[in-house]
Amino acid sequence: MIPAIEVEQMHKRYGALRVLAGIDLKIEPGEFFALLGPNGAGKTTLINIMAGLTRATSGRARVMGYDVVSRYRQARRMLGVVPQELVFDPFFTVRETLILQSGYYGLKNNGAWIEEIIHHLDLADKADTNMRALSGGMKRRVLVAQALVHKPPVIVLDEPTAGVDVELRQGLWRFIKQLNREGHTIVLTTHYLEEAEALCSRVAMMKQGNVVALDSIRNLVGSVPGCSVRLRLSPDTLPPALQPLMSSREEGCYILALAEYSQLEQVMAALRKAALHVLEMQVLQPDLEEVFIRIMGTHKIRKPEILPV
Amino acid sequence: MTGFLTLLYKELLRFWKVGFQTVFAPMVSTLLYLLIFSHVLEEHVQAYPGVAYTVFLVPGLVMMAMLQNAFANSSSSLIQSKITGNLIFILLSPLSYREIFFAYVTASVVRGLAVGLGVYLITLTFFDVPLSSFPWVLMFALMGSALLGAIGVIAGIWAEKFDQLAAFQNFVILPLTFLSGVFYTIPSLPPFWQGLSHLNPFFYMIDGFRYGFFRASDISPYVSLGIVATCFVAVSWLTLQMLKRGYKIRH
Repeated sequence: MIPAIEVEQMHKRYGALRVLAGIDLKIEPGEFFALLGPNGAGKTTLINIMAGLTRATSGRARVMGYDVVSRYRQARRMLGVVPQELVFDPFFTVRETLILQSGYYGLKNNGAWIEEIIHHLDLADKADTNMRALSGGMKRRVLVAQALVHKPPVIVLDEPTAGVDVELRQGLWRFIKQLNREGHTIVLTTHYLEEAEALCSRVAMMKQGNVVALDSIRNLVGSVPGCSVRLRLSPDTLPPALQPLMSSREEGCYILALAEYSQLEQVMAALRKAALHVLEMQVLQPDLEEVFIRIMGTHKIRKPEILPV
Repeated sequence: MTGFLTLLYKELLRFWKVGFQTVFAPMVSTLLYLLIFSHVLEEHVQAYPGVAYTVFLVPGLVMMAMLQNAFANSSSSLIQSKITGNLIFILLSPLSYREIFFAYVTASVVRGLAVGLGVYLITLTFFDVPLSSFPWVLMFALMGSALLGAIGVIAGIWAEKFDQLAAFQNFVILPLTFLSGVFYTIPSLPPFWQGLSHLNPFFYMIDGFRYGFFRASDISPYVSLGIVATCFVAVSWLTLQMLKRGYKIRH
């Protein structure tokens, strides 16, 4: 099967600054995939190269098998990108914006689909309103609509929920999930790790232009050994034997980090020995956020980000 | 073809939606030039024998308005799209660099012709300006507007800020149009300025365009057309290369 997205040895430099340092990535059709990483990790640059907005220094990228440089027309028809920034053309209404965007892709008589997206993204009330008059959330919806106007098999969303209220966020994900069920490949970047955990099957974590982890969420979360325990005690003191395990204190609770589940026994024994009364106890399993912090922390990539030219 | 036509339609709609500013305002300012210069100079200057100064002035002013507006259209559209970021909608689409080029240039030509035609029709109600060869007039109008539309694309791509574009307009386009013989004939100038004027491609556009009205010109309209066409081909080639490489727009 032809991968939805295939990136090989992708390098990008701006002068002495290395933004992408040899990315290899393959995303299969129908996947719900997240690109995670701190600001400046190179996520947007990678997306921009796939979309043809940025030119790679070296390496290749293909969308549904079409090279993004040599066969850019086909590649761009396969790809819908929701950009990170809230951009709009102040000369036009929502419907005009969508009709024009559809026309750029060479589509005629696309009205029925345009009306359907307007309906799905709750834009019907604002369809004939000028773009200038829309709120930020509404402008975001129009950007999503614009990315879908040519029914692309691959949809890339670059931080689609940044600064978006809860209601819209949920509505947006409902629609995106539906598109994924219908067979569209979804690639997103987000800073909300719980979103990635809830939606995606696979993630790539990027740091300083490298992919430092690439796996399913289950495997990544499973790779973190142990668990943490949340305790509320009476009297409110932690036995000295347990002090080394304490990772933090919040709202009158002690959080202990355990390397293995078997350590739970030691904890219980120490509590019994100190004759402490347990008011509350919770065993917390690692989540994607913890994996993220571990991977970002441990992967000390060779320091010089600025290379001599 | 649909992609190209859509972008062209969008570019036409863009200036038409603000038509007061993009079409009617330049018509008014051009007519003001006509009013003032004809009043001051009517008695003193005779460019061509038997042609009143005001009548002589009309084709030059029409051409100047066309050139300035053709330039303004593509350059301001591009820089606005770049600065507000909505150029991305075009860059993400499968439109080829040639389609982008021709759409912007054609829209510039349409705006140039709209302004020029408007000015000419209004002056006709006051003065009798003969149009002796429509093909020459049309040819120079098209070539001149297209050339300035292409230069506008270059300026719009090159400029990163509005003041850079304004500098291009005020320090390049405006002097070249004002010193191209709109208000005088070149033989009336001292030899040094005559020589300099012949290096100005805008001079050939004005001179050739005027030939279509009076059958009189400083140099042969064939030579002028050849020079303007050569300039257009050269500038278009440069613009296409910039767009193909994504100069300043695909980083």
